[in-house]
Amino acid sequence: MIKTVYVKGKNKGKILLYALSTCVWCKMTKEFLDKLGVEYSFIYVDLLEDKGQDKVTKDIKKWNPMCSFPTMVINDKKCIVGFKEKEIKEALGL
Amino acid sequence: MHSWFQGKGDQRGSWVMSEEVDVLYERLDKDTRSAGYHLNPDVNFTKALVKSLITNEKRYGYQACPCRLATGKKSDDIDIICPCDYRDPDLNEYGACYCGLYVSQEVIDGKKELGSIPERRSTKERRDKMVKKKTGNVALSKPVWRCKVCGYLCARDEPPEICPICKVKKDRFELFMQ
Repeated sequence: MIKTVYVKGKNKGKILLYALSTCVWCKMTKEFLDKLGVEYSFIYVDLLEDKGQDKVTKDIKKWNPMCSFPTMVINDKKCIVGFKEKEIKEALGL
Repeated sequence: MHSWFQGKGDQRGSWVMSEEVDVLYERLDKDTRSAGYHLNPDVNFTKALVKSLITNEKRYGYQACPCRLATGKKSDDIDIICPCDYRDPDLNEYGACYCGLYVSQEVIDGKKELGSIPERRSTKERRDKMVKKKTGNVALSKPVWRCKVCGYLCARDEPPEICPICKVKKDRFELFMQ
């Protein structure tokens, strides 16, 4: 099972954040989304069972072959790798 | 992966006490200073990473990089055990390691700003493909070992238990010349 956590907020498009529970840049990206008050979902990839982790890393590699974190996919169209405040705001039209 | 946490996915984030974080933080701070490196002066940021190192130590049995996905298989993760093989090149190029745990003097002096940096480690497929460079047939009285973390070289039968410069363990050394 792939545990996806939904965070309530303003709908600014479909935001999916692939993160690690131990990563501080991922934490900062989450906090930034919280501050913006937008709706998003996130997956802590390091906490998944082996099978789920394999599936999710394959999904991530379609967007980001390095499979690094955080990887954010917006509207199944745009991908932002790393904690990039300006890029995130622009992509969300904020 | 280690069998002891299989089937307990949500328990992978083991509980870490703040005292444990303080102890490791003090030790790392002392060791890095004596080796000429610097921890990030943002103590809250750094302690969050130290906490994650302890989480990974409990989870995998070694301090895998908190900002990379470890496999749990030590031989696959050896290059990302903190300090990772990529710390020094990242310190030179970006003024910080991938996580931001270690920073350069320029960052300490406020001459360079910190940010999220690109991943230097190549994908597993590429790493597996990389052929080990062969050394020439130089006749040496002793083999030369190289620390893959800091570049320290020593000519002796085996690498030291602990790198005298950056303090990583013996398994981080490679045979440099023979």
